[in-house]
Amino acid sequence: MSETLVAQLPVGPAEPAERAPTDWRTQSMQRRIRQRYAAERRFRLLGMAAVVLSAGFLAVLLVTMVYNGASGFLRTEIALPVDFANAGLTVDPARLKGPGADLALAGAGVENATKTAAIAAFGPQGSDLLSDGAWLSVRAAIKRDPAIMRGRSIVWVPASDAIDIAAKRTGSPENEAIVAHFKQRNAIATGFNWPFLTASDSNDSTRAGIWGAFKGSLFTMIVTLLIAFPIGVLSALYLEEYAPRNRWTDLIEVSINNLAAVPSIIFGLLGLAVFLGTFGLPRSAPIVGGLTLALMTMPVIVIAGRNAIKGVPPSIRDAALGIGASPIQVVFHHVLPLALPGILTGTIIGMARALGETAPLLMIGMRAFISAPPAGLSDPSTVLPVQIFLWSDQIDRGFVEKTSAAIIVLLVFLLAMNGIAIYLRNKFETRW
Amino acid sequence: MTISNQHKICAKRVSVYYGAKKAIDDVSLNFDQRYVTALIGPSGCGKSTFLRTLNRMNDTVPSARIEGDITLDGEDIYDPSMDVVQLRARVGMVFQKPNPFPKSIFENVAYGPRIHGLAANKTQLAEIVERSLRRAGLWDEVKDRLSDSGTALSGGQQQRLCIARAIAVDPEVILMDEPCSALDPIATAKIEELIHELNGRYAIVIVTHNMQQAARVSQRTAFFHLGTLVEYGATSDIFTNPRQERTKDYITGRYG
Amino acid sequence: MPSNEHTIKAFDAEIGQLRGLIAQMGGLAEQAIGAAMEALRLHDLEGARRIIDGDKRIDALEIEVEQLAVRIIALRAPLADDLREVVAALKIAGVVERIGDYAKNIAKRVPTIESHGEIEPLSVLPAMSVLAVQMVHDALDAFAARDAAAAVEVCARDRQVDDFYNSLFRVLVTHMMENPKTIGQVAQLLFIAKNLERVGDHATNVAEMVYFAATGTHMAERDRGPMSYSTPTA
Repeated sequence: MSETLVAQLPVGPAEPAERAPTDWRTQSMQRRIRQRYAAERRFRLLGMAAVVLSAGFLAVLLVTMVYNGASGFLRTEIALPVDFANAGLTVDPARLKGPGADLALAGAGVENATKTAAIAAFGPQGSDLLSDGAWLSVRAAIKRDPAIMRGRSIVWVPASDAIDIAAKRTGSPENEAIVAHFKQRNAIATGFNWPFLTASDSNDSTRAGIWGAFKGSLFTMIVTLLIAFPIGVLSALYLEEYAPRNRWTDLIEVSINNLAAVPSIIFGLLGLAVFLGTFGLPRSAPIVGGLTLALMTMPVIVIAGRNAIKGVPPSIRDAALGIGASPIQVVFHHVLPLALPGILTGTIIGMARALGETAPLLMIGMRAFISAPPAGLSDPSTVLPVQIFLWSDQIDRGFVEKTSAAIIVLLVFLLAMNGIAIYLRNKFETRW
Repeated sequence: MTISNQHKICAKRVSVYYGAKKAIDDVSLNFDQRYVTALIGPSGCGKSTFLRTLNRMNDTVPSARIEGDITLDGEDIYDPSMDVVQLRARVGMVFQKPNPFPKSIFENVAYGPRIHGLAANKTQLAEIVERSLRRAGLWDEVKDRLSDSGTALSGGQQQRLCIARAIAVDPEVILMDEPCSALDPIATAKIEELIHELNGRYAIVIVTHNMQQAARVSQRTAFFHLGTLVEYGATSDIFTNPRQERTKDYITGRYG
Repeated sequence: MPSNEHTIKAFDAEIGQLRGLIAQMGGLAEQAIGAAMEALRLHDLEGARRIIDGDKRIDALEIEVEQLAVRIIALRAPLADDLREVVAALKIAGVVERIGDYAKNIAKRVPTIESHGEIEPLSVLPAMSVLAVQMVHDALDAFAARDAAAAVEVCARDRQVDDFYNSLFRVLVTHMMENPKTIGQVAQLLFIAKNLERVGDHATNVAEMVYFAATGTHMAERDRGPMSYSTPTA
């Protein structure tokens, strides 16, 4: 029975006889195949070359930055013998305890005493070997141990720019000689430059630090994130989920897309006119910087957010609606959690751009010389990229390495920020 | 067709427009509590659109507009006073592609009862989840891994999970939009058996492209063509002796 | 013929093949009845043997129809009129095979009837057989054309065959009473008449199936004509 069944199976219509079978082995066919493989290889090589090239650029950038900037994290100190007993310091050691210490030392003439000690120790040009801020180290030493005021003591003080550079790399021949001379007596040492991380801007490169700008950037970013993220995400949600499709929403969409492409300096002008001019917010403050950068970042978050929301499968929405979830439940229980990774990616990009932005902040006065870290959102401050920009303008040779060091700090800041965002994104990422 | 109390859903002279395009033209159809009703017809004939008007899922399409009356137990579902959220809880839906939420199996089923406040406490919720999964014939397969992701199940299991999710809110009607089109024959058979078991407890309306499936699972069949209802009747009549030429040509494979 | 073709051409081909087999069976069965009557008239023993052998061909065709119908049901899942047609073909094949059996039966009786000239009613039998064969022919034509009206018309004609039989019955019974020595042969003739009457009934069955295949409903009682034969009491 089954055999008959097989035998009776209908056969398909026979191939038209006149159709010649394709010969895949002819010369031209083989050549075509070879060309195809060659094209594939070429394309792969091109792609690899592009990757290698960009990796190379990145490597060059990093190496240069680290090479130039690493020494910015170091500073040279010189052992300065000070004869406190005969330095004519007019201060009562008893007052050096407690909160009145700074006040007591203010008029004590520590600066002069330091200069005198330098001249006494290193000759007539001695004070030039030391940083302008050397006396601060002396003062700190006194505060640490007022007992030293009764006799002679050796205090390690920061060296001047020229000596610092001569010690770390190559300076002028006479400075090199001085360094060699100090080295023989173990009176010179190079150590980690803590003040670079804890101090703020200064005219003296040996005293200049990044902390003020870092804190300014941090405050600014916090303001930017707090304003741009919720507003951006809510706008994206509204536009995708609720807004009717009509001419007005089209107009808004086009406007947002264009806003993302507007040169950043224009946001600076806007911030100047609106936040400083109209609302009278304080100049140079992180809050204004944050608001301005938020304006700039928002369109990026809105666009990324809308794309991420569009990427949520409609079937999930249907599923939730189908069992009677209200639109807002659909959005907050399903759409937003699924879109969050994409939204976070957009936010990373926007925030990274905001962190590196200089131009709009120049417009709202964040380029001022600020020698103290901001204590709050409305204190005058500067930010890392502006600080880098300011330092790169300085004539003083010591600022060259500080500029590179500041760039390294900025990059570390950026990587840390992105790292957090990537961690969050992976945490929320769910496959469906 | 006479309207009696037996009819769970009555659609009277329903037309649906997408913008200027008329997707459904003057369809009157009643669904009985006791029967599985199959909607068949070629692609684009409006059967899915019609199905989605029954729980107002078309509301999500901005350009959609509907004329005519649809009543559920005599209540007009397009009346402004009708709460859409409640309607969709009463008229559940299962979709073509299995679409579990990217959450755990338990959460998938518990979601509906949770948002509607159907369970007073965790124990009750767990009971509802178990009962729904049992009714969907999935309990034995998943009881040891309720906290696994619903998306990790096989296609057929996912679809049964979706059915469990739909019945967890205790609907009166279940709409199924080609529920087996993405499944293999064994999984399809399981779904069909499940439909058979659910029959009677819920009024079931199923859209399918597979006429054998319509023949197997339904007691009533409606044939749609170009947005109109061509023929409606007992499934055995439609498949052995259709009254309309168009129905016959479609089900015997002469359509087109 | 259906209004248009199936989207799957092979389906049409198979339905066509099925119809062809039925037509072939029908043709063979008609021919066998006719030939059997001819053999009876000419007392052609050789012809009768051929008819008996020829019935095997009809049986083989029936099996072929069954196989094809099963295959169509399994592979094509026919619905509506296609389904009815396949089911009807299956049943018609069985009926036609029975008609073939009647032809064989008649042929088997040929050797027992020797002196045909003596029995006067024998001249009526060919006319009756022509009528019955015509019914089979028309029923099968109706099947080929899916013609419900023609099927109804075939059913109506069954009455004529029945009338033939009833009158033959009376004549043959009378003949047996008058000529007791021919009782054996005339009884055989009575059986042949009965076979022909059954052929007419089977043609009616075919027509009913054609009607069902064509319309999807069973033939109403009034369309079937009077209930076929009733054994005369006389």
